[in-house]
Amino acid sequence: MSSGELFLLVPGAPLLSGVIWLVVGVALLYLARSGAHQAIASASRLLHHACKLAAHSMLLAEQRLKQRNNEVLLAAGREAAERIIEREFERIDASVRRDLAEYPALQRQMSDAITRLEQDYHASSEVPPEPPAWAKVVDAVAKIAPKEPVVGEILEDIHDSMVRAQRTAIEQYRNDNSKRHRILSRMMPLWRKVARVLGEMDKRVTRLLERSTAIDRHMASYEDILNRSPRAERMLSSSSLTQFFIAGAVLAVAIGGAIINFHLIARPMQEMVGGSSYIMGYKAANIAALVIILVEVAMGLFLMESLRITRLFPIIAALDDRLRVRMIWVAFLFLLALASIEAGLAFMREKLSQDDASLVASLVGGQGEAAAVAANVWITTAAQMGMGFILPFALTFVAIPLESFVHSSRTVLGLLLQGLLRALAFLLRLSGNIFRHGGNMLIRIYDLSIFLPLWVEMHLQGRRRAAAESALATEESS
Amino acid sequence: MKRPSLWLLAVAALLLSACSDETSHSRGVYMLLDTSGTYTKELDKAQQIINFVLAKLEPGDSFAVARIKTGSFSEKDIIARVTFDGQPSRANQQKRQFREEIDRFVASVKPSAYTDITGGLLQAIEYLDEKNPGRKTVLIFSDMKEELAAGYVREAIPLQMNGFEVVALNVSKLRSDNIDPREYSDRLAYWRQRVEAGGGSWRVLNDLERLEALFVD
Repeated sequence: MSSGELFLLVPGAPLLSGVIWLVVGVALLYLARSGAHQAIASASRLLHHACKLAAHSMLLAEQRLKQRNNEVLLAAGREAAERIIEREFERIDASVRRDLAEYPALQRQMSDAITRLEQDYHASSEVPPEPPAWAKVVDAVAKIAPKEPVVGEILEDIHDSMVRAQRTAIEQYRNDNSKRHRILSRMMPLWRKVARVLGEMDKRVTRLLERSTAIDRHMASYEDILNRSPRAERMLSSSSLTQFFIAGAVLAVAIGGAIINFHLIARPMQEMVGGSSYIMGYKAANIAALVIILVEVAMGLFLMESLRITRLFPIIAALDDRLRVRMIWVAFLFLLALASIEAGLAFMREKLSQDDASLVASLVGGQGEAAAVAANVWITTAAQMGMGFILPFALTFVAIPLESFVHSSRTVLGLLLQGLLRALAFLLRLSGNIFRHGGNMLIRIYDLSIFLPLWVEMHLQGRRRAAAESALATEESS
Repeated sequence: MKRPSLWLLAVAALLLSACSDETSHSRGVYMLLDTSGTYTKELDKAQQIINFVLAKLEPGDSFAVARIKTGSFSEKDIIARVTFDGQPSRANQQKRQFREEIDRFVASVKPSAYTDITGGLLQAIEYLDEKNPGRKTVLIFSDMKEELAAGYVREAIPLQMNGFEVVALNVSKLRSDNIDPREYSDRLAYWRQRVEAGGGSWRVLNDLERLEALFVD
């Protein structure tokens, strides 16, 4: 007996059977109405509350994450600002050492020049010529007897003497004046020297002032960060995103360089480790080439860390200066050795390629072509060797974008996670509302499926109510 | 102090040995050359194929060329065999020596009266199973018409060709094929059935311009 036949209540009359099932179903649904309504309502309430709770949890998690992101952002910003300020102070220190170390000498030069100027100034001061004593004598004689011939002669002598004395005095005066002029003209270079020294000092002080202005600016933003101002947070966040994308782009370029480097040394590595051995499904030669490149990158990282250009490993930055310098040399020597090895491998690659080409040419009979290709082969050999030598050093600088990428990716990932949590919270709230309204809708649909008995019930209730009202009215009238 | 360092060394050795890959990634190619009757005139084409295969094979791969004659289930019928060294430069030298051996053979080959393809296939299976490369390929340069001398039993021998790829190259049409082309297709169908029944795969490559297809994975 099939499942279809099981539901066939009246054999040969499927329609009638269907009607009977419908009636039975509607009756059962009508009887179970109140319980079903309660079940649907509580299920929808339960789901609604669960979603609401989950959404709330998500929002709380998002808030916590936001707080943590801000902490990370501010800490990174604080560290960066500290580093910049530290660097500015180092520059000021260097500038003070370089420029103001000469200040005592300059001061001595200045005071010497000023002393000499003072001396010259005193030497050049004008002494007023003394009034000739003859004038009083002449006055006295002139008052004695104006008409005496002896007096006239005396006066004539006095006049002559006076003219001579006057001439001598004028000559003396002129000589003194010319001396003073010479002294004054000697003062000119001294004035110029003083002016130059003052100008120099002015420039140096201006430079220092500019540096101090820059420090003031950095300090202001540092204080903003310390005070957790929203402006600082906004600026740091946008700067972090910019850093992330720029560092990502530079890293992509570096990865391109590493891939070229890999292809340059993978083939000749077969000569060293064999071309037929495999490690975990990958050619051992390829893995060896990759390891060499990774070692180069690691050495580059150590070099940059030791030079204090990057700060990925605090332990290296905190090393004693002597040890750090030693580490710089070790990392550099390793890089130099690896670069030389790569140049050698690049040379070997070219030799292998030539060997392959000559073999293929001899196998397929194209020796002439191979010879033509070999004519300019030194260019590619030199280019490959050069690339093999330069690329390891170029990869050293990967450390800088890598540091930026690592630092900024924390913030960017945090922001992404924040967005994800917010979206999840929204979806959960939406689902909660859908469950609540869905429950109401299900109750309505339930009632719609049993509209006939409900309609009958409503009619019966109406009639019963009417009968009760008429009985009440009759009772009241009687 | 010595004990922990010994332990560390042991763990490192264990890790390294765990990392090493025991799966064979090499390729083994065994080529059968039909030297019966007028087919010896086609050997320059076979040389072309051998050179192509030599150019394509990599360090660590194995290659053997054997002739098909009256009784081919014999190691004496292997003209040249080599497993290339891991170093590419050494492998190139081996390829040059291999080609010279083939050139010497082609220059001195004498036609045989019969064609024992089954015997050659059995020898190929034995050789490649012994080498156990990651990919086993048998190339058959023949018209695929087996002609056995009296007393040679080959018909009832099943070919155990699990994991083998058999490629029939330059399967030329015989005069009888021209009269009744069904003979040609029946011949190829017979060999396909035998190879596939043994668990191998079968294909025919008559266009020597498309030899690249031999090494398509």
